[in-house]
Amino acid sequence: MSIFVNKDTKVVYQGLTGSQGRYYGMLNRDYGTNVVAGTNPRKAGTDVEGVPVFANCTEAVAATGANASCIFIPAPGVFAAVMDAAEAGIEFVACITEGVPAHDEARFFNMLKRDYPHVRLLGPNCPGIITPGECNIGITAGHIAKPGGPVGIVSRSGTLTYQALYELQQKDIGVTTCVGIGGDPVPGTSFIDCLEAFEADPDTKAVMMIGEIGGSAEEEAAAFIKDNMSKPVSSYIAGVTAPPGKKMGHAGAIVSGGKGTAAAKMDALRDAGVRVGLNPTEAGELMAEIVAEL
Amino acid sequence: MLPAVDLFEYQGKQFFKGYGMPVSDGEVAFSVDEAVAAAERLGTPVMVKAQVHTGGRGKAGGVKFAATVDDVRTHAGNILGLDINGHIVRRLWIEKASDISEEYYASFTLDRSAKKHLGMLSAEGGVEIETVAAENPDAISKVLVDPAEGLTEGAARAWVEGANLNPAATDQAVEILRKLYVAYTEGDADLVEINPLILTPEGRVHVLDAKVTLDANAVFRHEDYAQYDETQPRDEREEAAHAKGLQYVGLAGSVGVIANGAGLAMSTVDVVNQVGGKPANFLDIGGGANAQVMANALEVINNDPDVRAIFINIFGGITRGEEVANGIIGALDAVDIEAPIVLRLDGTNAAEGREILAPHLNEKLVMEPTMLDAARRAVAMAAAAS
Repeated sequence: MSIFVNKDTKVVYQGLTGSQGRYYGMLNRDYGTNVVAGTNPRKAGTDVEGVPVFANCTEAVAATGANASCIFIPAPGVFAAVMDAAEAGIEFVACITEGVPAHDEARFFNMLKRDYPHVRLLGPNCPGIITPGECNIGITAGHIAKPGGPVGIVSRSGTLTYQALYELQQKDIGVTTCVGIGGDPVPGTSFIDCLEAFEADPDTKAVMMIGEIGGSAEEEAAAFIKDNMSKPVSSYIAGVTAPPGKKMGHAGAIVSGGKGTAAAKMDALRDAGVRVGLNPTEAGELMAEIVAEL
Repeated sequence: MLPAVDLFEYQGKQFFKGYGMPVSDGEVAFSVDEAVAAAERLGTPVMVKAQVHTGGRGKAGGVKFAATVDDVRTHAGNILGLDINGHIVRRLWIEKASDISEEYYASFTLDRSAKKHLGMLSAEGGVEIETVAAENPDAISKVLVDPAEGLTEGAARAWVEGANLNPAATDQAVEILRKLYVAYTEGDADLVEINPLILTPEGRVHVLDAKVTLDANAVFRHEDYAQYDETQPRDEREEAAHAKGLQYVGLAGSVGVIANGAGLAMSTVDVVNQVGGKPANFLDIGGGANAQVMANALEVINNDPDVRAIFINIFGGITRGEEVANGIIGALDAVDIEAPIVLRLDGTNAAEGREILAPHLNEKLVMEPTMLDAARRAVAMAAAAS
């Protein structure tokens, strides 16, 4: 078992004909993902290494039965791409593209909620999602993830997602699904969405959560864990020593005043019974302890 | 990802003016003579206002009323060069003075929890809104706006009425705040703030200050935003990094940090601190880690005179260890680095990468197996060199 995607997921790549879309689309296919279609209105009727290209998602879904999409469209076109996928009836949309304006994100998030409530959007600005051994959508290096569980991973940071997968692989611990939710101001999928899904997934026995400074998503996740999670959680928050007011790369990683600091987040998580590591390695070690206790 | 773009007060006012909001006439001045000339054209009395990317200007003596041109000369002379929270005043905004009956506060920003836009309005303006929020939260009227729906006239009116402004201000405030919402959304701002929004003795509602932060990701649809790039506050190191397209934040320590990915870079800064060192910077070179990017990063760090050791922390995901190793070797050929380098290379094909690097290792280029080991080594080397 897994969350959100599995071996039956059929994926259309929006922007498959671009350099990034082609590169990662083919890597994902090599991994075993069902890469069934691509879209590009100017190249409909052509193919990318055997994968048919359609003008839009509606045509791609009609021809291939795709039920998920992966967006590699440049930022100015992301708004239209998300709505194209939703209109086609696609249920899971992973948007890898970074640099999407925050106002676009806020608009399509709320439009999906209002008009297409069945659609789950992941990202933008995220590494994607991988159910090891079954389905890899996005830019995660598949071979650093050991299939099978019992751990689910949810992370706000790309490279730290890989670091987390790698820490667990080094300890021979498998992963059910690893979700990179991205560090942008309006993530389509939240920590809580993933925690809820992991709690409901019988094969996931424990969850590793990687957060960052800024915002209040980790504090909200801590409250959810305290009230709703029976499964153990380990965590790491990046930016413990970031100076207040400095922006560190991600739009999401901004600390202002006392709000959104790593200390506040770690306190909230500890209060919810989460084992909090001071660096990714320590969080991995804590997860190894948890797995040994299962 | 690009950082946000902060506007000076005068740029913010011009931005607001473009959306039809009432602001005072004024001119920018870079010298005392320019300030005097501006005041002569505008006609006294005027306000002489320091233009810096920080708050607390008034308290620091950076905002003065000038009744005469002689006053302008005196105040401009005092304010230019003033240090306000580490920001040196290099430009002034000379603006026609306004009479004030009442001061209000108004703003829009994203409520990240609600994933909607949050408007805040208070009859207690002219002071720090954080203080109002802490001491008298009921004095702030709030409205949550669904970005898919926008701010309707009815919602704007209910919001304004909830703030208990002077009734004489209500209609104008509704109109101005609806324009403020348009400026915020169509202008792709992360934050728009007016403090104070004033009511004059003649009964006019007027924008007296402006704080605007724009979303750098939206520059592609606002060609005119390129003008703000050169007025962003950056130190010399940050300027050099920006010119090379690197994600760099200057810090005050002696250990230079290079990592791939924002999260890993933040984590690297954390680990250096945890083992007792002080990072000199945050630098994210992104996923690729090719030779040119690595050379640029090393060059920026090499030019920081406080750096005593450099910690390169690379996790290969899609990028393989061999590519990373060749990138580092290429970069070291291209740049003459003074400080010793500690390298941690992990992830995809890390073993192959380490093998490529092995013949190049010496007392100036060492490798450690883990992030923690590498941080300790770099901190020790920096301490030894200080």
